[in-house]
Amino acid sequence: MLPPTLSFILRRLLHGIPVVLIVAVGVFVILEAAPGDAVDAYLAQLGGGDASLAADLREQWGLDRSELGRFIAYLTSIVTLDLGRSVAVGGSVVEAILTRLPATLLLMGASIAFSASLGVLLGGIAALRRGGMTDGVLTLGALILNAIPGFWLGLILIVVFVVWLGWFPHAGFGSINGPRDPIGRSLDIAWHLVLPVTTLGLTYMALYLRLMRGAMIETRASTWVRAARARGLPETRIVRRHMARPALLPVVTMLGLQAGTMLGGSVVIETVFAIPGLGSLAYLAVSQRDLPLIAGVVLAGTVLVIIVNILVDLSYARIDPRMTDERLRTGVG
Amino acid sequence: MAAGGSATAGGPTTSARPDHAALEVRDLRVRYRSIDDHGPDVLAVDGIDLTMDRGEVLSLVGESGSGKSATLLALAGLLPANASVSGSVRLQGHDILALPERARARVRGRGIGMVFQDPGGSLTPVLTVGSLIDEVLLVHRGLQGAAARAETEALLARCGVGDPARRAQAYPHQLSGGLRQRVAIAAALAAGPEVILADEPTTALDATVQAQVLDLLVGLVADEGVALVLVTHDLAVAAAVADRIAVMYAGRIAEERPAGELMERPGHPYTVALRAAALPFRPRDRDGEGIQERLPELRGRMAAAGGTGCSFAPRCPLATDHCRLVAPPLEPFEGGLVACWRAGELAEWPGVESPEVEPEVPLAAIEPQAVGWPGQGA
Amino acid sequence: MTRSGWVGAIGLGLLVAMALLAPVIKPRDPLDLVGRPLLEPFADPRFLLGTDALGRDVLAQLLYSARVSLVVGLAAAAGAIGIGIGVGTVAGFLGGRVDGILMRISEAFQTVPTFLLALALLSALGASTANVVLAIALSSWPATARLVRAEVLSLRQREYVDAARLAGLGPLTVAFREVLPGALQPVVALVGVTVGAAILVESALAFLGLGDPNQISWGVMISNGRQAIRVAPFLVVIPGVCVALAILSVSLLGDGLAARLAPQRRYLS
Ligand SMILES: Nc1ncnc2c1ncn2[C@@H]1O[C@H](COP(=O)(O)OP(=O)(O)OP(=O)(O)O)[C@@H](O)[C@H]1O
Ligand code: SF4
Ligand SMILES: [Mg+2]
Repeated sequence: MLPPTLSFILRRLLHGIPVVLIVAVGVFVILEAAPGDAVDAYLAQLGGGDASLAADLREQWGLDRSELGRFIAYLTSIVTLDLGRSVAVGGSVVEAILTRLPATLLLMGASIAFSASLGVLLGGIAALRRGGMTDGVLTLGALILNAIPGFWLGLILIVVFVVWLGWFPHAGFGSINGPRDPIGRSLDIAWHLVLPVTTLGLTYMALYLRLMRGAMIETRASTWVRAARARGLPETRIVRRHMARPALLPVVTMLGLQAGTMLGGSVVIETVFAIPGLGSLAYLAVSQRDLPLIAGVVLAGTVLVIIVNILVDLSYARIDPRMTDERLRTGVG
Repeated sequence: MAAGGSATAGGPTTSARPDHAALEVRDLRVRYRSIDDHGPDVLAVDGIDLTMDRGEVLSLVGESGSGKSATLLALAGLLPANASVSGSVRLQGHDILALPERARARVRGRGIGMVFQDPGGSLTPVLTVGSLIDEVLLVHRGLQGAAARAETEALLARCGVGDPARRAQAYPHQLSGGLRQRVAIAAALAAGPEVILADEPTTALDATVQAQVLDLLVGLVADEGVALVLVTHDLAVAAAVADRIAVMYAGRIAEERPAGELMERPGHPYTVALRAAALPFRPRDRDGEGIQERLPELRGRMAAAGGTGCSFAPRCPLATDHCRLVAPPLEPFEGGLVACWRAGELAEWPGVESPEVEPEVPLAAIEPQAVGWPGQGA
Repeated sequence: MTRSGWVGAIGLGLLVAMALLAPVIKPRDPLDLVGRPLLEPFADPRFLLGTDALGRDVLAQLLYSARVSLVVGLAAAAGAIGIGIGVGTVAGFLGGRVDGILMRISEAFQTVPTFLLALALLSALGASTANVVLAIALSSWPATARLVRAEVLSLRQREYVDAARLAGLGPLTVAFREVLPGALQPVVALVGVTVGAAILVESALAFLGLGDPNQISWGVMISNGRQAIRVAPFLVVIPGVCVALAILSVSLLGDGLAARLAPQRRYLS
């Protein structure tokens, strides 16, 4: 028997396979729909080539077969983690994606943490002050943040904090001549990430604020909070353990649902702040019409979202015991 | 043991004076302002007096909306923001109604414990039941870690939860309704209160489980010497477990007498109506529907509190012009108090034969001496 | 309707007025070079909101951009909701294997980062307004589909559906004629959000240079203004405020309509 957590992860990964497959079909259709193929793009980059070279390459890359044949070839290459060559970066797509991944993971992870914790905090405050001034200001603020395009907010932050105040570096993921020791380098990266994370985090924070506010208004009126009061517990304890904690569940669910949207949002934010991540890679691919590269990024993004969702479900099970019911029922009750 | 022992720690209960009743309520009034500022205010409790001694069970009975819950919430200081309360509530002689909120919170738990109707809803779903009780022990008795957990398990065992060490690690949804209510009772006992307020603690439970949980509550009263106020819709339940029964109608006490005497010879016409409708243990019978079946005209406006005259007059077969003009005061009647100008005159509710009621549920679980069924004495 | 709903309605009304009156207020092509570059707002009465780095009238660009945002926002949302309704109704009504496949597909669309998908589509098909609409519609239908499916599932058991079946109507006719209308109400709650999201995505695509190259739009204005952001931040600020106000208006109006149609849902959204 596998440990329950591991078998849960495996089950979820298996569940993700059809999703990846459907996305692969979609991506394949898009690639097919484009005028010209990878060979044309490759030859264009080389500065032209004769017809026999093109035919050779087509045969080598499986592009001379029927549609079904090409699709099967495409699937096989995906399974073997070969996503083709990128003209834009001049190398393998997989490699390009892997080099760009850490920056995006860092940006997304930090933004998720920032937006969720701030949203939970402010949403909780709004719920406690429901109907009052604070609530009104926070709710309106959330509505406005929700309507602001992230790339625009990023530009405004750059104007204010970089151009006018000079507090933060303009762009990039680290200073070129920055410190080399690990601590200094981490701080340097963190310094560069403050504005992009604030930008991405603030635009997604609004959603969590609204969710948390709604959930906590409900838990606040629950019988169990009244019962906790009846036990004479101090108010701060009631708020933390009996109101906020159960109200976290919808927020965590939404974290998973939002992972894909946030990855999309990071495309624009990464280009605004010149962060060398998946997003700016996607932008590069699009601006150079590098189809294999953009296809690879879409697939990688899908896998990333599936993984984030598994992580979210695992943490969900930690917060909401009802999720792990099946597992615990054998032990207790 | 555990529960009773710590009752003397801290708060207004420290200087418990034996010459004082455990709980003494004088002229309690609760007014709900209407939430959306459109409707009229509701005078949910309209001047009631109650006195409780330790080791006593008082049952509050009345149909839906008669102000039972409002009374308990006022006693516990848990009324919502749109309610205002007046009168005095003395716990061991100390007026707790006047206390500031922080001191009041200390009284809750330590002085007064409360058990709610919905046993699932009153336990926080994301916490293990053990940690819920540990928390009370930490806040009120300063117990931590293993000491707290040992005490928690003792409390659970005391409340009839088998295998407490394992159950303490369960989440509420993993327990049955009856077990959840036992846990809620254990949590209410944890700080060692003098008085337990139970608001329809068994209404949501299966009939057999109901009897067991009532049995537990009554046993606690006997063993720990706490005072129990038990709210119920069901006169049969009240008769089975209470020493005294207070019948509430439209925010006032209509009749308050020893359980057996009240069941045998009700003084107030409303009690007669309730008795006629009373069937033992009908958990799903919410909203006083038993009465409605037999007495459709009783559906009329009940909460006409505050007007002149007897508030029961519109539904009362004995009502006279005098009744409609002058509200009857609570006056001594056969061992208790009754608020009716014609107390004791109505023997049976018109159109309903004497209730020859057979208990629907085996009552073995209830201690025989506490059982006093309607009809049994007649 | 709620007060904030009316605020949204007025905002949207202004937006429509801007789009419709653009040729009346500013008859010249907004991309014409008409004045001195980088004029501050209010400096020259002819160019109320100043000029950009090339000397183009900012107000004129702003007005014409409203057209793109409105058209793309509404068309894409209509497309997304249309696809969603179609898929949701078929899946919910037919159930079984069809339902399973359709729901898997919608799950895939909810998992794939849809903005990346839109980028891929646009780079394959080329940047044009129609393709932008297509890309946004394709990436935002699943929410509607799932909602409609759930409603249809709960409605298809009702008697009137059986009656229609007995009357000899085909399953899809029954689904779209008898069941769907009842399932549409909750979709209203999604309209505001969907239109708002479409406007947002359109502006982001335009900002990245993936909109119609011959058309001015707020996203393009922000992108252009970026070059001169140090000297003339207003070129970025003004169009961004327009995007935000447009999205705010449609979401307020959407919430207001949803609250009016289904009061009990007000606090959920
Ligand atoms: N939060 C509140 N706001 C306004 N009115 C309230 C509120 N809670 C209760 N009331 C009103 O106060 C009156 C008494 O209610 P209460 O809950 O005490 O009745 P009850 O006897 O406990 O009834 P039930 O058997 O249904 O529990 C009712 O008329 C009720 O409508
Ligand atoms: S006072 Fe009169 S109306 Fe009221 S209960 Fe007694 S008899 Fe009936
Ligand atoms: Mg009640």
